[in-house]
Amino acid sequence: MVQLREQSEAAEFFPSDVEYQGLLSKRSRRGRVVQLSFLLMLTIAVVGLGILLYTIIDDSFGLVAVVNQNEPEAVVSAYGYDPAVTVLDDLNKEQLVDVLQGSVSSGVGRRLEREERFFADRLVFESQAKWDEVCASDEPPSGCSGGVRSKGNVLDLVRERVIQPDIVAVNRLTASIFNPDGFKEEVETAFVENPSRFGEYTYDQVRYQWRAWFSWKFVTSPASDRPEIAGVRTAVLGSIWLVIITVLFAVPVGVGAAIYLEEFARPTRINDLIQTNINNLAGVPSIIYGMLGLAVLVRILEPFTSGSLFGEGAPNGRTIMSAGLTLGLLTLPVVIISSQEAIRAVPSSLRQAGMGLGATKWQTVRSQVLPVAIPGILTGTILAVARAIGETAPLILVGAASFITVSPSGPFSQFTALPIQIFQWTSFPQEEWRHLAAAASLVLLVLLLTLNAAAVIMRNRFSRRMS
Amino acid sequence: MNETPESTVLDPTAAPATADAVGGVEAADDGPGVLETRSMDVFYGDFKAVADVSMSFTFNEISALIGPSGCGKSTVLRSLNRMNDLIPTARVDGEVRYHGTNIYAGDVDPVEIRRRIGMVFQKPNPFPKSIFDNIAWGAKINGFKGSKSDMKDLVQGALEQAALWDEVKDKLTESGLSLSGGQQQRLCIARAIAVQPDVILMDEPCSALDPIATLRIEELMLELKENYSIIIVTHNMQQAARVSDRTAFFNVELDTTGQRTGHLVEFSPTDVLFTTPKEKATEDYITGRFG
Ligand SMILES: Nc1ncnc2c1ncn2[C@@H]1O[C@H](COP(=O)(O)OP(=O)(O)O)[C@@H](O)[C@H]1O
Ligand SMILES: [Mg+2]
Repeated sequence: MVQLREQSEAAEFFPSDVEYQGLLSKRSRRGRVVQLSFLLMLTIAVVGLGILLYTIIDDSFGLVAVVNQNEPEAVVSAYGYDPAVTVLDDLNKEQLVDVLQGSVSSGVGRRLEREERFFADRLVFESQAKWDEVCASDEPPSGCSGGVRSKGNVLDLVRERVIQPDIVAVNRLTASIFNPDGFKEEVETAFVENPSRFGEYTYDQVRYQWRAWFSWKFVTSPASDRPEIAGVRTAVLGSIWLVIITVLFAVPVGVGAAIYLEEFARPTRINDLIQTNINNLAGVPSIIYGMLGLAVLVRILEPFTSGSLFGEGAPNGRTIMSAGLTLGLLTLPVVIISSQEAIRAVPSSLRQAGMGLGATKWQTVRSQVLPVAIPGILTGTILAVARAIGETAPLILVGAASFITVSPSGPFSQFTALPIQIFQWTSFPQEEWRHLAAAASLVLLVLLLTLNAAAVIMRNRFSRRMS
Repeated sequence: MNETPESTVLDPTAAPATADAVGGVEAADDGPGVLETRSMDVFYGDFKAVADVSMSFTFNEISALIGPSGCGKSTVLRSLNRMNDLIPTARVDGEVRYHGTNIYAGDVDPVEIRRRIGMVFQKPNPFPKSIFDNIAWGAKINGFKGSKSDMKDLVQGALEQAALWDEVKDKLTESGLSLSGGQQQRLCIARAIAVQPDVILMDEPCSALDPIATLRIEELMLELKENYSIIIVTHNMQQAARVSDRTAFFNVELDTTGQRTGHLVEFSPTDVLFTTPKEKATEDYITGRFG
């Protein structure tokens, strides 16, 4: 080892060589221990998040036991096919429409046809005269605009309305993969021990099939009181609308306020007070924002939030506008604070350079400070908005509807949102709903990831343009 | 603010004598100056950083400010184009006259002052933009009216004056930050020149550079003084001796209340100051450092 020079008087205060070696190994040991414990903490975090994701996915797919109101085999053999060879999917569109026509009431059939026609060249449920009359009315139904149902669409209708599977038992993904027979035995035992639970069904009616609760159909179907066909379209659209309003409100206001506070505000007592309050607001529980939204946005500002000021609208202020602004207010402090931090991190030498060339303050901020700060501003904003998407409490207070099947048509619509839907489904006793809630959580996660990815791409664009 | 130089109060094209006549300002003892301070005190809050600075800077000359660290050289320099306004606590008493106009008068916009009196900083601070935009931006925000090709000429001219053109002419779209330290500083000088100032302030422009880059900047300053007045702060007395026509020596003294306030000791032609200084303090400082 290198000999420490013993020249200065202070040398006696340092450990001897032998002592030093001992200390040195102790120091590096301590470093390793600390490093290991940090690794442990990281592991805990990763495992925790992993378990969370696992349970959601585990519930989103799996085996289900169903009892069909009409067996697909019976439908197929009614057409003279051998059910052992031919399945429902093999029927052509005409046959499927035919099946549908034979099973659903003419009222339902007409409704389906007005939604979207079955054939371009002929009507199935509606008479031509009536159809022309309906389509000539002030508000022609969507079927009049010319779209035609695909075979897949009709097949779905047949499954939904003719086969009408009734789910009697559900199983999780891992259990379904590794122990499908266990599930079947369980169902069978349940039928033996507690037949009343299944009403009129008998065990030999039970069919097992795989079900993806999380599917494109789930995302695009409206809410329903039947778990077999319930979807989250309304909630997804509601959440997307909320994000739009939240971002449109919180980003300009938040970034503007941050620019003012960082670049223009003099350190007066009032500005200090404002700053302190903003910092504190970031910690206020979301339900308080909900109460504020209810009192101010829903009630006092009802003419605005219900849209009646603009001549359209909802019967009351419980609209996307109210909820979006509430979430906007909720995210505002975080947007301001993170934007301030991003702006503060821009080296002051850039401001001096700009001002030194005879630029005004705003020209300097606009062209030199903001471009450098924007990646940081976006990072903070993404996090804040991501939090807002998952907020439930304030939405309940400002009156998200728990069950609507009509997609929101604009900022002044009644709405529901994904977290509300999840919250509601988890509160139902039947197990199916828990799987739907898991699938909806997955949709929420995907929505979040999509938004984050979009924002990250935007941020990288900016950073790349900078360098 | 009016962009046409002919009609502004701060007319850099006017000869100093005319400007004085127009402004009705009497010439200082050592001749009419493009820039003059009169009994200037600068404070940071309650702290008086420099006291009673009166000096006059002449056209087409390089003036150097030297003195021990903390004596207020940068403070004085920043007061000359109101860059001190960026420091919230900073305050200037007395007058700074630019072509006869007190730049601290109420009706003077500091934005215009900074355009006329440019600044180059200690650490090269190019914008994180392309080399071209680094130079074009200052012109744009000051209302440059020329065409695209006029802008190209302006950029090229500024880069040529800053002796950087040959090195960067093939990579004008690359980031200014991709250049070496010395090149970055010359880019900053080109950027300052491009907005057509008539005074350039430089605060220790070479202190972050190696000796060769320093030499290039010094040569550049000697060329630039044909067209501009340059005021440079330097901690390097050889540099002051090499490039400057006149040198100001600042010193710092404890005053009665225990504050370290800087003041101007003497401001003389450089050869005089370095050979036959009037003041004992100057002599101590230059011999102490040279010896
Ligand atoms: N932004 C500031 N705020 C408060 N005091 C400052 C500031 N800048 C400089 N000072 C003080 O003013 C005095 C002169 O500083 P400066 O002009 O930087 O000296 P020099 O450039 O000669 O080294 C020093 O005492 C310094 O601490
Ligand atoms: Mg300095």
